[in-house]
Amino acid sequence: MIARLQWGVYDTWTITRRDLITWVINPVRVVGELVFPIMFVLLFGYVFGSGMVVPGGGDYRDFLMPGIFAMTMAFGIGNTMTVVATDIERGVMDRFRSLPMAPSAIVAGRCSADMVNSFLGLLITIACGLVVGWSWHDGLLNALFAVLLLLLLRFACLWIGIYLGLIVGSPEAAGAIWGLLFPFTMVTSAFVAPELMPDWLGFLAEWNPLSSTVGAARELFGNVGAETGSSWIASNAVLMAAVWPLVITAIFLPLSVRRYQRLSR
Amino acid sequence: MGLAIVAEDLRKRYGDTVALDGLDLAVPEGTVCGLLGPNGAGKTTAVRVLATLLRMDSGRATVAGCDVTSDPRAVRAKIGLTSQHDAVDEALSGRRNLEMFGRLHHLSPAAARRRADELLERFGLSEAATRPAKKYSGGMRRRLDLAASFIRAPRVLFLDEPTTGQDPRNRNEVWDVVRSLVAEGTTVLLTTHYLDEADQLADSISVIDRGRVIASGTPAELKARVGGSQIDVVVAAESDLSVAASAVGFACGCTPSVDTAVRRVTAPAVEPVAALGAVLRGLEDVGVTAEDVALRRPTLDEVFLQLTGRPAESETSAEEVAA
Repeated sequence: MIARLQWGVYDTWTITRRDLITWVINPVRVVGELVFPIMFVLLFGYVFGSGMVVPGGGDYRDFLMPGIFAMTMAFGIGNTMTVVATDIERGVMDRFRSLPMAPSAIVAGRCSADMVNSFLGLLITIACGLVVGWSWHDGLLNALFAVLLLLLLRFACLWIGIYLGLIVGSPEAAGAIWGLLFPFTMVTSAFVAPELMPDWLGFLAEWNPLSSTVGAARELFGNVGAETGSSWIASNAVLMAAVWPLVITAIFLPLSVRRYQRLSR
Repeated sequence: MGLAIVAEDLRKRYGDTVALDGLDLAVPEGTVCGLLGPNGAGKTTAVRVLATLLRMDSGRATVAGCDVTSDPRAVRAKIGLTSQHDAVDEALSGRRNLEMFGRLHHLSPAAARRRADELLERFGLSEAATRPAKKYSGGMRRRLDLAASFIRAPRVLFLDEPTTGQDPRNRNEVWDVVRSLVAEGTTVLLTTHYLDEADQLADSISVIDRGRVIASGTPAELKARVGGSQIDVVVAAESDLSVAASAVGFACGCTPSVDTAVRRVTAPAVEPVAALGAVLRGLEDVGVTAEDVALRRPTLDEVFLQLTGRPAESETSAEEVAA
């Protein structure tokens, strides 16, 4: 039993390592991870930002960065989904399943690799934020708590990604699905305060799980725009930034496991 | 000599589709068994069940002495699997791929590295060891994939259409590798819809159609079932085909098949030498010039046609896979 557990950890590390190696052997990947946040900071911070209004006043880039952090985490759905679907299509998943390794390590390895990747991606994005003048104003401890909540959101997105990746089974289809999901990651409080949207859209944006994480990050980083709106969901952002990801995980983790087991049916 | 693979009455259905309908198989150790059949016959399903990737609905199977259903982990430690995909991580180099699969076989990091180098050497990939697999040629990727299924020198190797979509040179390379593995005692279960591939590699062939084995034997035995030898007559002009066909038919005492595209008449000959003489005389009598007359063993294509009443559709299958 203990030997089995040890092999499970060893196998998980082997699969994680597979992904981490690509950071070392493929410097282009670091550039790729940099391009996305820089593009969004430039696009929203400078192009659209000049016309943006922050409720209660304040610097738009201060308002924007927590939104971009959360977006970076949500985009993880697309990454995870594509990697899982590619492994299935290329037969790599079948090869893993035909090896005497711990079967749980296939998913656990994916999980830890994506979490490490996202953590590195988040650090890069935070560095971008610091360059354009964003900072946290409410102590390091609160800032770390915000990072933790952002990673919790990524953890939830991971399971959505694994589930969808197992269903679609090819990277092309994963791309198409991501095209459909993408707008949902935009209807949030990340770029514009929901109270400035049409009522129905504002309602959707407020209840989007991403907005809770965005709101919580603003609050904990001490950035402007925290607690915009008077609704319950907006004023309980920190609580909901913990609840939403847990609910999503509670739904998609068992679904993913079931879907994975169905590969042998 | 023991049996490396035993399958008894394997059954598997997907909704209304019956993929395996009571498949039986017995493969002696150290031999190559070819599973031959058109697409959708159940070849791949059979391999996936035996390689523990798929659960069967009912039946019993052992691979290398281990039960597929009750002890899949023990089976996985003794098998290698190569499908028509190149199941390697394209971003990683050949060596990193083999090292990763070695570790997943629970070799120590040092042993995994050693084994990776051995396999790179053996499969002729040493010079490309540090290049990412996506930069490999199709043949190199195929060899890397074969090397990955050979980490632990498996007792049983499953090759699921290993040369589908490969050019003839790559195909020959794969065949050479398979032959050398078998020489070292590995048992191979090979699925293919290329009849010449089964003919080249297999000690025994099981012809599968609609999820069950409809014939099995050595390639020679299967060919003998079609009725000994075949006579091919190629005529110079297409207009001569019908006259030639009736002359050949008369000489062999049967209705020959005619392939207009290559101007060829083919008929089975029970008494080959006598029939050949009769065909030559018959053609001379009707005044038809033959470009070529040949006496040969039947191909597995003809075996398949005879057994199932339909051609093996090897061409269309290859296109489907490519698409």
